[in-house]
Amino acid sequence: MTGVTKLRSSQSRTVADRLETWLTAAPVHFTVIALALLWTLPTAGLLISSLRQPEVLLETGWWTVLTPPLDLNQFHLGNYAAVLSGQGMAQAFLNSLIISIPATIMPIAIATFAAYALAWMQFPGRQILFIIIVGLLVVPLQMTLIPVLRAYNTLGLSGTFLGVWLAHTGYGMPLGIYLLRNYIGTLPRDLIEAAAVDGASHLKIFTRIVVPLSTPAIASFAVFQFLWVWNDLLVALVYLGGNQTVAPVTLVLRNLVGDRGQDWHLLTAGAFISMIVPLLVFFALQRYFVRGLLAGSVKG
Amino acid sequence: MQDSSNAIRLISAIAAIIFGSGGIIALFYLANMAVNRLPYRSRSRILPWVYMVPALTVLGAFLILPTIRTLIISFMDRQSTAFVGLDNYIFAFTDPNMLIAFRNNVLWLVLVTGISVGLGLIIAVLVDRVKYEPLAKALIFMPMAISFVGASVIWRFVYAYQPPGVEQIGLLNAIAVALGFEPIGWLVNKAVNNFALIAIMIWLQTGFAMVLLSSAVKGIPKDVIEAARIDGASELQIFWRITIPMISSTIVVVSTTIIVLVLKVFDIVFVMTGGNLDTDVIASRMIKEMFNFRNFGRGSAIAVILLLAVIPVMVVNIRRFQQQEVNR
Repeated sequence: MTGVTKLRSSQSRTVADRLETWLTAAPVHFTVIALALLWTLPTAGLLISSLRQPEVLLETGWWTVLTPPLDLNQFHLGNYAAVLSGQGMAQAFLNSLIISIPATIMPIAIATFAAYALAWMQFPGRQILFIIIVGLLVVPLQMTLIPVLRAYNTLGLSGTFLGVWLAHTGYGMPLGIYLLRNYIGTLPRDLIEAAAVDGASHLKIFTRIVVPLSTPAIASFAVFQFLWVWNDLLVALVYLGGNQTVAPVTLVLRNLVGDRGQDWHLLTAGAFISMIVPLLVFFALQRYFVRGLLAGSVKG
Repeated sequence: MQDSSNAIRLISAIAAIIFGSGGIIALFYLANMAVNRLPYRSRSRILPWVYMVPALTVLGAFLILPTIRTLIISFMDRQSTAFVGLDNYIFAFTDPNMLIAFRNNVLWLVLVTGISVGLGLIIAVLVDRVKYEPLAKALIFMPMAISFVGASVIWRFVYAYQPPGVEQIGLLNAIAVALGFEPIGWLVNKAVNNFALIAIMIWLQTGFAMVLLSSAVKGIPKDVIEAARIDGASELQIFWRITIPMISSTIVVVSTTIIVLVLKVFDIVFVMTGGNLDTDVIASRMIKEMFNFRNFGRGSAIAVILLLAVIPVMVVNIRRFQQQEVNR
């Protein structure tokens, strides 16, 4: 079989054959490039617009910047300054960081311990507990909003960071346990049993063997949870309510759409500020994100 | 003033990070030490629960108990003071606005799932043959990193409308005008506004479908395809007879994931139109009942309907998981 392919590829050096290969490949290239461009265009338009003067932005389409392509004077950073200071976007950016980092670390710590117990400890009800967790993966958050909000109002947790951290910890838990338990469960049995025979306690096995070996899975979940929390609107809207001093970027951007819907210089710059961190995380850690998706594509 | 409150916030965030990682690990250490003092037999019985309890507590407090509570509230009046039987459900299935929301949700489910999975599959197969595959994939996948709110702003700008005669700043209307049509109010015209919102979700989810399907396509053994080619199968035949059947389980997983996501998404509607002009979906109606009308009974009943809609997916997931456990 390989002989045939080799023969064919050596023959295809003639010009006519090359042209034929190129012609059959052309539609594929055309489709892929067209779709990739189509998918990028809306974001590119936003980015270019956010750098244009407010008045010009409302008069001509963003693609007109391409006609004098090297005229850099048509770009400025004033919109960013305006939305950062004037619309509270700087504060919101800080709030988003304050919300997202603990809301990522807390579930990781809790889920890793639980995943280890579910994978490597013997106790009654282990199987049924994990089945319940698999079931909880797809429960709509909407099912929990009203009772949790009422409890938060009684406990004074609504409008606080602690309330949002805890809520995200709870909501991220099923995916975290599911992802990590599946990964930790595939670690070599010999390794863990050998350590146990040598007298290592569960805690030692956990901290010295399981956690270091599970870093890829932990990283996948971390990227997933961080993007989820940073991009979340629902949890912030419900549990932080109208408290502007603690609002994350998504909430401020949403209010901006409502209040200043035609001020495109503010909206475009604000949207890009809200996207910059997830985009950086995404491009830097895409590998882990994809791995998490492949392992946990049951979450809704 | 602003600076000092920010300082307090930063300190509390750092405290939370310490509490979140260090604190919880310290807690495990302490509990572990306490358990270690017990005799061996009871130790091995209690230790698993030490590891499980924090997780079970948050799962119980934020998912299990609230779900049960919502089920009960859905049979009660707006302030949960008295039982009203099935009134909230009768409302949910008869109210004209709810019926529109159901219709829209069906549109969302069919179009988003069908188009993003179909397009994702086509891209996954095509991209396998080009050298710049990673770049093309990253560009199509990138919207996955963008929030629904961010995506809504991006697309509001694409859909921007100026009256006829004024230069259009929205890409879509500029194209429409260049082709000789009148500019269209994409978000206000009832014939197109739902499709305009659905397009955003397709833009966001196609990359997700493509990434999962692409890794499945790469998993197909090369000699199977090679053998089919030698037997004279056309590329199209290979696609329908080999690729699709061999990745069918991934197609099912991707489709169910997107179905669940579409059922729950409220952000796009909430930001773009506020659910006005017949664009509501079930999830956005729920938030409306809860916040705007303060009717917790109706809001809960709508949430329960969402839960019922995802139960088949839940069952499939659990079955699939049990299968995996058997195969291990």
